[in-house]
Amino acid sequence: MTARNFKHALFCAVITMVVAYPILGLNLVARGTRVGLEGADTSTLVAIFVAAMVVFSFQLYRDTIMAALGKIPKLPPLAGREPMPQAKRVKMESWVLTGIIVLALFWPFFVSRGSVDLATLVLIYIMLALGLNVVVGLAGLLDLGYVAFYAVGAYTFALLSQYMGISFWMALPLGALFAALFGLVLGFPVLRLRGDYLAIVTLGFGEIIRILLNNWTAVTGGPNGIGGIPEPTLFGMEFGRRVKEEGNTSFHETFGIAYSGEHKVIFLYLIALVLAVITALVIRRLMRMPVGRAWEALREDEIAARSLGLSRTAVKLSAFTIGAFFAGFAGTVFASKQGFISPESFVFLESAIILAIVVLGGMGSQLGVVLAAIAVTILPELAREFSDYRMLVFGAAMVLMMVWRPQGLMPMRRTHIELKRQE
Amino acid sequence: MQDLLYFSQQLINGLTIGSTYALIAIGYTMVYGIIGMINFAHGEIYMIGAYTALIAITGLATLGIAWLPLVLIVALICAMIVSSSMGWAVERVAYRPVRGRHRLIPLISAIGMSIFLQNYVHLAQGSRNVGFPALIDGSFRFGSSEGFQLSLSYMQITIFITTLVCMTALSLFISRSRIGRACRAVSQDLGMANLLGIDTNRIISATFVIGAALAAVAGLLLGMYYGSVDPLFGFIAGLKAFTAAVLGGIGSIPGAMLGGLILGVAESMTSGYLSGEYKDVVAFGLLILILLFKPTGLLGKPEVEKI
Repeated sequence: MTARNFKHALFCAVITMVVAYPILGLNLVARGTRVGLEGADTSTLVAIFVAAMVVFSFQLYRDTIMAALGKIPKLPPLAGREPMPQAKRVKMESWVLTGIIVLALFWPFFVSRGSVDLATLVLIYIMLALGLNVVVGLAGLLDLGYVAFYAVGAYTFALLSQYMGISFWMALPLGALFAALFGLVLGFPVLRLRGDYLAIVTLGFGEIIRILLNNWTAVTGGPNGIGGIPEPTLFGMEFGRRVKEEGNTSFHETFGIAYSGEHKVIFLYLIALVLAVITALVIRRLMRMPVGRAWEALREDEIAARSLGLSRTAVKLSAFTIGAFFAGFAGTVFASKQGFISPESFVFLESAIILAIVVLGGMGSQLGVVLAAIAVTILPELAREFSDYRMLVFGAAMVLMMVWRPQGLMPMRRTHIELKRQE
Repeated sequence: MQDLLYFSQQLINGLTIGSTYALIAIGYTMVYGIIGMINFAHGEIYMIGAYTALIAITGLATLGIAWLPLVLIVALICAMIVSSSMGWAVERVAYRPVRGRHRLIPLISAIGMSIFLQNYVHLAQGSRNVGFPALIDGSFRFGSSEGFQLSLSYMQITIFITTLVCMTALSLFISRSRIGRACRAVSQDLGMANLLGIDTNRIISATFVIGAALAAVAGLLLGMYYGSVDPLFGFIAGLKAFTAAVLGGIGSIPGAMLGGLILGVAESMTSGYLSGEYKDVVAFGLLILILLFKPTGLLGKPEVEKI
């Protein structure tokens, strides 16, 4: 503990106070047309003081603390253990996955309608995150406007059903293809840009699309959005109490069971589940195909990959387009689930949430991304009184992850062989 | 004559907004010039500056102090201190530990910081926009009383003068002072500057502090000009300022000034002659076009990629 440490610690503590006190400690309140000022309650002030003290003592004993942290023994490395044989591991993984999917198939019949609805939303986020994972995690292209493709998918369905009366099953491929086309057209010029410029340009595109949707009132309904989007049908059977479209029958009449609103919710959940599984499987396949290897190669070392004959544009464009395709998928399901969409659902924050899911889960790792999507969507629902803090925690988590564990909670594992040391 | 007056009005409005964009853009361009990262949270620093200024003004009004120059100066100083501390702390917490890693890592960290700060202010001060008192009222008017009148408000004049003073001070600081010279050295070659005995960590902190202080000035000015602030106030302004920085050539301080003015005028011409709703589209469209066709901007130096 030297004098220099003390000075630095004092400085840090003062900065903490300066940063925290005016914003947290003094609240602006509207009194009629005028604005007044109110001091915060004592607990806030105490919290600010405690925070400053913590910063002070941490900085003061920084060297000691850091040394102590360094002494904590690391977990014994796993590398020494005999790795599970490849064939056995694959077999076990596929059993576990099958188990999870079967469980997910039957689970909704035993729980409340609200949780099935939430689970559908989780599945939509899983689709989005898996799609973005291709772009960000595998190809290393930071796309901050991913929500634009989601919007394109949702609006394609909404507009086609409004003007041409297209059903969900027709719109699903159309929405995805249209989003993919958008990705292709948009990606072609911008993918030449360097990493961080690409991020900003995609952000700009996302905002442009949202502003256009908001202001092109004649077609998109502007901020009022589009309602009355049809629900999916099962071989021409509708899930409403009464049949809306001629020629269709209703589900409960065909099977001679009592009408229940839950059928619709569960059906939508199952569709989302199947689509999410398809998304995961397709991307899993793609990862092992030459194109998937090319994404990773280009991410790791662009110059080396190019000198081995990979076309930069083609590889990046394929990742961008495939990512957009799955966002379109998710968008169609979302539109059908909500029955109503407006530009409000497609703001930058949504892109940031999807990005946070990918970053937290571990860029490139499918299992990690799925788990992160579940956590990020469900945790705020469980702790409703803390839901205001959701985005605050997200932001902090993104920073902390980048500082401590940029590879994510469950980093991607590559098939590799470890050489054993000769004894 | 009418058309000319209308045109000049748009030009004045554009230059007003543009000069504040330039103030914010300085922060982006200096940081980019030195460590090559996009400080995504800069827009939030600017928003915090505006909030602090409003808190200071309201606080002084509660104490019964109403002498305008004093109020403005106190608000300005408070905003600059808080914003600079914030800039310093953000760099220390979120950027320094990830410096030198892969390009996307600092950027994601910055996005996280931006979300964090937005929600920090949102939670502390509420999500509604708060009215900013119009301290500087009145305007000069030109033109016939029945036709279109060109108005140049005192607020706009204040913005011009303040921006001019800040820019001159910054230019002098960068070209004359010791820290300014170190800044230039570090932006040319960080490693070499380090070898020559410049404390590069301190210089990097200094750029964040300077950028944040200028953003706070812009926060006070724009807060008064628009008449309200809210926690999302910084996001779009930050993007616009980044556009301005890229337009002028990122890394170049005169470029940021020029870029800000061009962007401001382009925006106000769009809202004057087309429609106000599409002005953001024009700004982002401009950004995309520049990045595609002239990524170095107007005054930037081409970047050579070394293997």
